Amino acid sequence: MDKERLFRTGFAIFWLVALGLLVLDTASSSNIRVEPPPIALGSGQAASGGHCSGR
Amino acid sequence: MRWFSRFLLVFGALAGVLAVTLAAGLRQGLLALLGIGFGAVLQGARFGFTTGWRDLIERRDPQGLWAQMLLMVLAAALTLPLLAGSGGELVGAVAPLTISLVLGAFLFGAAMQLADGCGSGTLYKAGGGSPLSFVVLPTFAFGSFLGASHQPAWIELGGLPAVDLLAFGWPTALALTVAACGLVAWLAGRARGNTEGQAQASPQAVTQQLVRTGTASFVAAARPAQPRWATRWWLGALLLAVLYLAHLVVAGQPWGIVYGMGVWGAKAVSALGWDLSGDAFWGVAPHAQRLVEPILADVTSVTNIGLIYGAIAASRWNGAPKFTAPSGRRLAAAAVAGLVMGYSARMAFGCNVGAYLGGIASASLHGWVWFALAFAGSIVGVRIRRRVGA
Repeated sequence: MDKERLFRTGFAIFWLVALGLLVLDTASSSNIRVEPPPIALGSGQAASGGHCSGR
Repeated sequence: MRWFSRFLLVFGALAGVLAVTLAAGLRQGLLALLGIGFGAVLQGARFGFTTGWRDLIERRDPQGLWAQMLLMVLAAALTLPLLAGSGGELVGAVAPLTISLVLGAFLFGAAMQLADGCGSGTLYKAGGGSPLSFVVLPTFAFGSFLGASHQPAWIELGGLPAVDLLAFGWPTALALTVAACGLVAWLAGRARGNTEGQAQASPQAVTQQLVRTGTASFVAAARPAQPRWATRWWLGALLLAVLYLAHLVVAGQPWGIVYGMGVWGAKAVSALGWDLSGDAFWGVAPHAQRLVEPILADVTSVTNIGLIYGAIAASRWNGAPKFTAPSGRRLAAAAVAGLVMGYSARMAFGCNVGAYLGGIASASLHGWVWFALAFAGSIVGVRIRRRVGA
């Protein structure tokens, strides 16, 4: 198997495994949370998401 | 058959957005859609922050930096009035001017040249099928987790409080931001040399030239040839600015990358048995709560996932992307650089997106400090990159 084929196979497997882990995480994590309004602007609620700037 | 593969890519995007909406709510679904847009634009326009800086350092080509400054100006113009009048519903990326910011930004700038991609660059290139970014991604996530864990200790080293120019009113903040971006773009344009026969100008030469642009002696220098500003750069900046605005309106906060990658790293080590309950960062609110919730509930994570898919789709829109195999040495260097990048991004309150774009577009002074230090680090990084044999 040449390098390109090997990489493309590994690429597909990696993302499929990542997708599987994501599904597993969604299924196993606590999903009890207050869902925020669809749009923050005009919602009347303060922004609360995590951000690299420190919040 | 190309139409069929394109149909599958679009179908996959819509199915993904629907799945995220059902699992985590409409806001998260919208953010996934915006993430797909970010990835498609970054990949389609090959809008690389790292490449833009390297083009200037190595070839004196300012097009990438011009596009970044255009993006900053547009993003600031679109969002500063909203930030000022939102009453807390929207917040900007504002951070203090700490010692950790200075050190972290310099390290990040150097490492991103070795990794051949910054925060957004690593994600979209990994999605686009770059072996180098593919290797960088996991180490970046682990570094981001570790850097966040140590962030409180780094901040304790001290520094100055945050300087938010919005305190002077949004018209003043915007005017200052536009003036500063214009100055940087002008300096980059002046630093541009006649590229004929100078394709590999050394970083020292570029540094000297950049310094000379600020002096009267340079005024007398011959004007270089005027290459066109490639469409992909300015169009990419335009589209990214619109997406940046939409992200702020939907999420209530600027576009970010690194926080989400830290969450992935923290989730991974937790699953492997690492107890984070006593951690100075991940063990306290609100971060501890985000480790309990699904990844899809995290703002930056869901945008990142969308971004990766958008890059995958854009890179395969016209068939399979080209493959170039890097050397083992290059891969190893990139993996280490990814670790440094993830760690230093948390020292510096973000990467090129969260700190540089988000900071400057939010009129926070830390964005400019980040830019200056990361660019200096990139000059060093380009030299190291040559030695590694990129």
